[in-house]
Amino acid sequence: ARAFSSTATDPIRATLFPGDGIGPEIAESVKQVFREAEVPIEWEEHYVGDQIDPRTQSFLTWESLESVRQNKVGLKGPMATPIGKGHRSLNLTLRKELNLYANVRPCYSLPGYKTRYDDVNLITIRENTEGEYSGLEHQVVRGVVESLKIITRQASLRVAEYAFHYAKAHGRERVSVIHKANIMQKTDGLFLKCCREVAEKYPEIKYEEAVIDNCCMMLVKNPALFDVLVMPNLYGDIISDLCAGLIGGLGLTPSLNIGEGGIALAEAVHGSAPDIAGKDLTSKLTPVVLETLAREWDRTLTVMGAGLVFLLTRPMENLANPTALLLSSVSMLRHLELHDKAEQIQNAILNTIAEGKYRTADLGGKSSTTDFTKAICDHL
Amino acid sequence: TYMPRPGDGAPRPVTLIPGDGIGPLVTNAVEQVMEAMHAPLYFERYEIHGDMKRVPEEVLESIRKNKVCLKGGLKTPVGGGVNSLNVQLRKELDLYASLVNCFNLPGLPTRHENVDIVVIRENTEGEYSGLEHEVVPGVVESLKVITKFCSERIAKYAFEYAYLNNRKKVTAVHKANIMKLADGLFLESCREVATKYPSIKYNEIIVDNCCMQLVSKPEQFDVMVTPNLYGNLVANTAAGIAGGTGVMPGGNVGADHAVFEQGASAGNVGNEKLMEQKKANPVALLLSSAMMLRHLQFPSFADRLETAVKRVILEGKYRTKDLGGTSSTQEVTDAVIANLD
Ligand SMILES: Nc1ncnc2c1ncn2[C@@H]1O[C@H](COP(=O)(O)OP(=O)(O)OP(=O)(O)O)[C@@H](O)[C@H]1O
Ligand SMILES: Nc1ncnc2c1ncn2[C@@H]1O[C@H](COP(=O)(O)OP(=O)(O)OP(=O)(O)O)[C@@H](O)[C@H]1O
Ligand SMILES: [Mg+2]
Ligand SMILES: [Mg+2]
Repeated sequence: ARAFSSTATDPIRATLFPGDGIGPEIAESVKQVFREAEVPIEWEEHYVGDQIDPRTQSFLTWESLESVRQNKVGLKGPMATPIGKGHRSLNLTLRKELNLYANVRPCYSLPGYKTRYDDVNLITIRENTEGEYSGLEHQVVRGVVESLKIITRQASLRVAEYAFHYAKAHGRERVSVIHKANIMQKTDGLFLKCCREVAEKYPEIKYEEAVIDNCCMMLVKNPALFDVLVMPNLYGDIISDLCAGLIGGLGLTPSLNIGEGGIALAEAVHGSAPDIAGKDLTSKLTPVVLETLAREWDRTLTVMGAGLVFLLTRPMENLANPTALLLSSVSMLRHLELHDKAEQIQNAILNTIAEGKYRTADLGGKSSTTDFTKAICDHL
Repeated sequence: TYMPRPGDGAPRPVTLIPGDGIGPLVTNAVEQVMEAMHAPLYFERYEIHGDMKRVPEEVLESIRKNKVCLKGGLKTPVGGGVNSLNVQLRKELDLYASLVNCFNLPGLPTRHENVDIVVIRENTEGEYSGLEHEVVPGVVESLKVITKFCSERIAKYAFEYAYLNNRKKVTAVHKANIMKLADGLFLESCREVATKYPSIKYNEIIVDNCCMQLVSKPEQFDVMVTPNLYGNLVANTAAGIAGGTGVMPGGNVGADHAVFEQGASAGNVGNEKLMEQKKANPVALLLSSAMMLRHLQFPSFADRLETAVKRVILEGKYRTKDLGGTSSTQEVTDAVIANLD
């Protein structure tokens, strides 16, 4: 990390991508908590465009990327990627363009929120730039397609290095490499080899290797068997979601992307959750309803009066759990060495959940995003 | 009542590969139980091991002739030049579907309830293509190959399985948001086949979300159809939540042949200690053998074997360490034999 100085007159600038789907709702929640906690951060908000920027080949503009490069720190909400067609994944663009090579995803049981698994305390560290996410695919002949998985020595060494560095800095005892080198002998074999090399430089940290299928099985039988896990891209994606499931779902797990040159971009592990994302109410009205409304506008107004106006101007579905993004913002604060604020906000979140009075639907509660956020603010 | 054709009672030859590690231990348990039941089959045994360069031709011949094989795990050296014999066998015999049934056994407490998932996995291509090379020093590539042909046939098998076994839903597992072409082709094939089975519900799930859902709400899944690698992970996760790989049956099947083995982690041959103490869990392979008996059209032998195994689990007196007990493989086997009707 680098040194950040801040005084009352000189807040830290950080880039904020509210993102798609539930993104704006949970980003609002972070902004509110930061305001309430008087965190000295000034957000520079960037939105995903609706046109491809040729400079990035993606809906993300060059200016957005520059903002992160300059501020070196940011928070992003989820960005949706269409399945099986369309443009390059926005998440991928960010990771590649900003060289966010390691994705750190802590996963621990929340006190007071009971799941089938207690005492989960894992850190998954995922290689973030290559592997199965190379984006190199082509059709060889009709009905035959190939997708390339790329593993390089450079990327493997730097993520391994980061994992051991992290383990040491955070007083962790073990690092396990997750691989499938029995099948992908050359690619995963190279990843393993790099991890072994780095492990030798850290004799105080226990080094282990686990085949990914066996790792899945052991994780669901006894998650306490693991401590820090480091792995190639796709495995990291899968394993970190699995771990999220152990502690209560994607609504809870934060992550921090580490990039070259000290860039840190925090983001929730989850996606845009289109199933629960708020929509502008007008988009839910069918043409028939709209027509009727237009035809009998006067009467409708008098009948429904203020109620309708209220509904039409209320864009949020308000179901999303903002915890994952909030905890991500806490990691961001830690990275900025604003430890007091980080601690204060984290405690407020954990206490609110532990107390159990205000919880979102994914945790079996009835609170809306806004009520839950307000409860956190009250716990600050 | 099952009305056999004349001659159906003639003993059938089955190729037997005891394999490495705990393989001989658990295949031996099956042999003992088959003998105790006087099951109408006999084994043709072949000693092969994971460190061999390839599967000997005579073994392949035997399976081609018998059409059915029972095997223990074959150890794959990690990252060391030798290709997995388990994979070779599947490719040589074109055993394109791997099937693992993960379900809660009555009497065996696990963290989850009502798990009854069948994972049907494409077994011949995808990430297991074996096509890898070093592009320049320090940069290696591995090819994932997906074909319409293989995707379609696995999708067909999955829906046919669901249809014949009165299953209600097929879920396709993919990562088509990232691998748009490869997994996209897989999905497209599944969708096409799905339209031919209107009575079976079809849905799709991204593999990472799938693993998350598996550990939180596994009861939502029924039959799952997957490309090669995801199937491996999904099956092991499902096995883990339902009691571990030591109890989940399965096998590999193609148009002409079937190889039955421990369902998940078929290549996991256990550790030294497990072998020395002779405490491997024979339940998975015994249940796989029941599937084999059904495949050979000996349904009542299959039922007897399955009932006996389930009784032993329910009774809870004889369980191996992975199920929280202290029994040896032999003690569990004896208990199964004692519980045979
Ligand atoms: N913050 C959250 N609060 C509540 N539920 C969530 C949250 N994030 C994700 N979920 C739930 O987890 C499941 C998977 O969500 P995810 O966002 O990954 O969906 P997705 O379809 O993969 O989205 P995307 O296409 O953006 O990746 C959904 O059912 C979603 O509702
Ligand atoms: N029948 C079986 N087939 C394959 N693998 C098995 C079987 N039974 C157990 N295993 C697996 O073999 C591995 C070793 O099992 P076991 O629990 O006995 O060893 P362990 O965890 O190393 O023991 P300890 O904790 O005493 O060191 C585990 O991954 C276990 O799930
Ligand atoms: Mg994911
Ligand atoms: Mg997603």
